[in-house]
Amino acid sequence: MERNPQLNAAGELQHLLSIEGLPPGILTQILDTAESFVGVTEREVKKVPLLRGKSVFNLFFEPSTRTRTTFEIAAKRLSADVINLNIAVSSQSKGESLLDTVANLSAMQADIFVVRHNSSGAPFLIARHVKPHEHVVNAGDGRHAHPTQGLLDLFTIRHYKKDFSRLTVAIIGDVLHSRVARSLIHGLTTLGAPQVRVIGPQTLLPMGVEALGVKVFHDMREGLRDCDVVVMLRLQSERMKGALLPSAQEYFKHYGLTLDKLSLARPDAIVMHPGPMNRGVEIDSSVADGPHSVILPQVTFGIAVRMAVMSIVAGN
Amino acid sequence: MKLPDAENLCQQLVAELAPRLGPKSAMIGLYTGGAWLAERLHGLLALSTPLGLMDIAFYRDDYHEQGLHHDPKRTKIPFDVTGRELLLVDDVLYTGRTVRAAMNELFDFGRPASITLVVLADRGGRQLPICAQYCGARVEVPAGMRLRLKRSPDGKLALALEAKGGA
Repeated sequence: MERNPQLNAAGELQHLLSIEGLPPGILTQILDTAESFVGVTEREVKKVPLLRGKSVFNLFFEPSTRTRTTFEIAAKRLSADVINLNIAVSSQSKGESLLDTVANLSAMQADIFVVRHNSSGAPFLIARHVKPHEHVVNAGDGRHAHPTQGLLDLFTIRHYKKDFSRLTVAIIGDVLHSRVARSLIHGLTTLGAPQVRVIGPQTLLPMGVEALGVKVFHDMREGLRDCDVVVMLRLQSERMKGALLPSAQEYFKHYGLTLDKLSLARPDAIVMHPGPMNRGVEIDSSVADGPHSVILPQVTFGIAVRMAVMSIVAGN
Repeated sequence: MKLPDAENLCQQLVAELAPRLGPKSAMIGLYTGGAWLAERLHGLLALSTPLGLMDIAFYRDDYHEQGLHHDPKRTKIPFDVTGRELLLVDDVLYTGRTVRAAMNELFDFGRPASITLVVLADRGGRQLPICAQYCGARVEVPAGMRLRLKRSPDGKLALALEAKGGA
């Protein structure tokens, strides 16, 4: 059997490419380590010396502000040097290949590559070609995976709900195009959440999504009933241009989260969103800013989770 | 080989520390054994400042060789360390590297007036210029063995020798 490309010979995390295929022990190790880093982000000097002298290259082949910024903050709080490369507008546009770009950066003594790419699998390709002391962290590849977002979602759920063993989680919206949804579903099933639901119109749910171990609903009211956790996905406006959806108003009517629909979930349900939000499209402002919303804590926890991932891979 | 009784050493440390405490005194225990000892001493000395607990995992000097292997606990210091007379508590003093890491972490919280090191046992073998101001006992440890503090379910503390590399 071929070894999981994310793990080293000792079974430790060498690269973080996808939540799929990671054993529960490693997911728990990341969440526990992140818990300790939350403490670091709350004190006077928000820095620890773990990655002193290490270089973290943020390779963003696809634009992103939030994810790049949180990786940058996380690396800086670990005392690493951070180099941001917005490749969409540099060497790639001059025709350099992905592996040539990485080889050049490697010659500049890189230790961690944080990679976002619009092609699924690009971080895997890089991970196969880097030197043994170099580590790759996937910051989102195509429609495939966004493991640190999935991990911060898991961290947020565990923070508010303590454990996964009795939870009903609903993931709502454009599951088809969402790497966030895919990563979270794998994480939840690995950590033993008994019921994961996906809710959305037929056109925005992947064919055969049930095979991931989820229950499918097309009626949002039915799907929200007794949920502990509600995860809203961003509806990308370009979807409206194709034949997938009639209009934003129509979508909001059926799949937008309002206080009225949320009242069907459990009274202590939490509402999450990976951002950026489209208010009035997938979520109403009264919910986004309401007492059930944990959308901003998600961002804060995201820094601690990324610190945990980078400090674990760089030490292995 | 007979090890000193940890409970007696606790009482002895309490007797030595009690007359030295002042209004600015505060205590911090190092996970895991040092935290148990600190919980005990903190209660017996009736310190009014709440106890701080620290895991030095993010400050270890062997990270580049060892990585982050155990699941670190969260450091919690529920008071402002600036201006405090700190009692830093660990179970066993050996190379001194843990204490070095702990002092580095402490200064990321503020500037204490002083740090005093309190340990239950000193097994020698220092690799850094560090010594404990309060030490329960000196203990000879055979090569290849590790001296650890254990806590039984009823809360009783005891020193134990175990083979290196064991859990």
